[in-house]
Amino acid sequence: MGAAALATRSAPELGAAQVPSGARPAPPAAPDSAQLRADTEPPPRSASPRLVEKPASDFMVDVIKSLGIEYVAANPGSSFEGLHESIINYGENRNPELLTCCHEESSVAMAHGYAKIEGKPMLALVHGNIGLQHASMAIYNAYADRVPVIVVAGNWRDAGTRNNGVNSYHSAQDMAVIVRDYVKWDDEPASLPAYAESAVRAYKIAMTPPMEPVLLVVDHDLQLRPMAAAPKIPRLVMPSPPAGEWSAVREAARLLVAAENPRINAGRMARTPNGVTLLVELAELLQAAVNGGGDRVNFPSRHPLAGPGSGAADVLLNLEVQGGGGPGGAAGARAPDAKTINISSLGLFIKSNLQDFQHMADADVDIAADAEATLPMLIEEVKRQLTADRRRALQDRGAKLAGAHREARVQAMETAAFGWDSSPISLARLSAELWDQIRTEDWSLVSWQGFVSGWPGRLWNFDKHYRYIGGQGAGAMGYGAPAAVGAALANRKHGRLSINIQTDGDLNYAPGVLWTACHHQIPLLTVMHNNRAYHQEVMFVQQMASERNRGADRAHIGTTLREPDIDYAKMAQAYGMYGEGPIAQAKDLAPAIKRALDRVKRGEPALLDVITQPR
Amino acid sequence: MRTCCAVLAFLLASVAAAQTPATGNVQRGKEMYLKYSCYACHGYDGHGGAGARLVPLSMTVTRFTAYVHNPRRMPPYTEKVLTDAQLADLFAYIKSLPASPSADQIPLLSRIIAAGK
Repeated sequence: MGAAALATRSAPELGAAQVPSGARPAPPAAPDSAQLRADTEPPPRSASPRLVEKPASDFMVDVIKSLGIEYVAANPGSSFEGLHESIINYGENRNPELLTCCHEESSVAMAHGYAKIEGKPMLALVHGNIGLQHASMAIYNAYADRVPVIVVAGNWRDAGTRNNGVNSYHSAQDMAVIVRDYVKWDDEPASLPAYAESAVRAYKIAMTPPMEPVLLVVDHDLQLRPMAAAPKIPRLVMPSPPAGEWSAVREAARLLVAAENPRINAGRMARTPNGVTLLVELAELLQAAVNGGGDRVNFPSRHPLAGPGSGAADVLLNLEVQGGGGPGGAAGARAPDAKTINISSLGLFIKSNLQDFQHMADADVDIAADAEATLPMLIEEVKRQLTADRRRALQDRGAKLAGAHREARVQAMETAAFGWDSSPISLARLSAELWDQIRTEDWSLVSWQGFVSGWPGRLWNFDKHYRYIGGQGAGAMGYGAPAAVGAALANRKHGRLSINIQTDGDLNYAPGVLWTACHHQIPLLTVMHNNRAYHQEVMFVQQMASERNRGADRAHIGTTLREPDIDYAKMAQAYGMYGEGPIAQAKDLAPAIKRALDRVKRGEPALLDVITQPR
Repeated sequence: MRTCCAVLAFLLASVAAAQTPATGNVQRGKEMYLKYSCYACHGYDGHGGAGARLVPLSMTVTRFTAYVHNPRRMPPYTEKVLTDAQLADLFAYIKSLPASPSADQIPLLSRIIAAGK
């Protein structure tokens, strides 16, 4: 049973179930026979014998093809049956290809991961109301992570013709309201010309910084309507991204050139590989420390200027850094009179309800623009203002920062040795063993490293944009596994080796995506970080109990995944994937990684269940 | 000279701490370590993670007990929650945990350092 979950009670029966308070509720009424037939039997033959050989949904596929969409992720749903059929038959299931998903949250999270590698959206097709609600958490993650995804939901818009039962349960007067707080734009076009314009507009809006998900609600009956002549498809011309204004950029350059100890903080800055190149050029001009952040590869991790620098910064340049000031503000020491420059597109698009925008940035120069698009101007202006004497002075600063970077690397190696032979296996050992076997490959880490104490970032060489995709966005679990599969899908055509260090709690939200990876032959090495817990919550409950002077001996209740332990190797095998484990001894890890990598290099997904230290 | 004295005092204190006899019961300490989720922050092996590294532990049992009852950087465990006797067991267990090799004794880490990438 997919998104088209059955509805076994009609509306009048639901009303009858509302009993006075205190009274014992009556058992649910059984569905009547007509309802049951509508919900479970093959669709009735059309009342009209007329064939529809040119349905409108064929044109919808033409529009999707015109946008260069490669994939459509979907859990099947009857509200988009017309479009589904057109994709697989009229469109020959190529560009876009339909990906069979087991949950709409997985569909959207796959699109999320895909976009972070490929730099463009894919489609997630979701069922009316119920599919969209399943998808909603993943949409919010993509929204908070500034990632473009195009969500298309079906609907039976005309109440005069829709059936009772599931069709009504899955229809809405204004379906987009379900997710309107966290999509950048939505529309429900009433005709094919309007659909064509809305689809192209949706793509442009999603891809213009700040990039965000968008939603199109597509009427079921419009999909099925016979088409006389195909309307015109608007030409896709992408707008240039918003760049900073010259006088503000000049002032930013002046502050940076004059700074004695500047620091660059990069958040969701590098939208493309060129973002990394530009930031390297700016940092080297200024000889400034770069805190590359954890949401994208903004700056090569082994670059001598990579790191938090030393001492209190007197000028901070924040590039697409979300939130400022307030509790838990940006890390790193800053001088009391430090100046802050913010370049961010987030100020161009903020919604009211959900508070993902965080505290206001404390800025002396605030440039509301896309940082990557603004960097060329800033670089040009810094070059213009740098004198030869100043350049020489900055070289000394750079040498000190390079020394601090080397020292930090040595320290990381020393720390990696702690608990090297322990069982459960340390996360540093896990990351080092993986690195030893992938470092000569063209690899891509398609999972967040926050839950593994950042060890890949400390030991591996994040030297390219696609080396790492960052995290969930809104911090919601259930993103990790499907985003990894989506990113691995994007990496597949480039021949890259995708690595997913997968937390156990996350995988249990919607493990069916393992089947999707097998079914679509998406090569991906998944290594379980199996600490048998929602471990962050273990620590939170432990702290709460201790601060209330009640001890922490019950902190495992409601937070751990034990009794029974979950066997992830068998889980993988059940979905048709190579699975091995549990691996609890460090000495067993390297040979197991090799066996699994051999599978992945042959083009299939594989999973290793590794029992790990908590952090 | 003052620096040398301070270093010497620190070294003597460390040696003294290392020689402090652990009077607690290691097995009971292990049970406490797991029951009270010490592993959650310090790792099952005491080598750290979200919290501080405990091995090698350079504290006396007296200082250890005082710190856990009234810590600066971790949640407090007062006498009501963990008695001095229980903390002595915990201390004994932590003292029994093996130390790690240094990075230069680990071929894989040495290779990573040498490769530089």
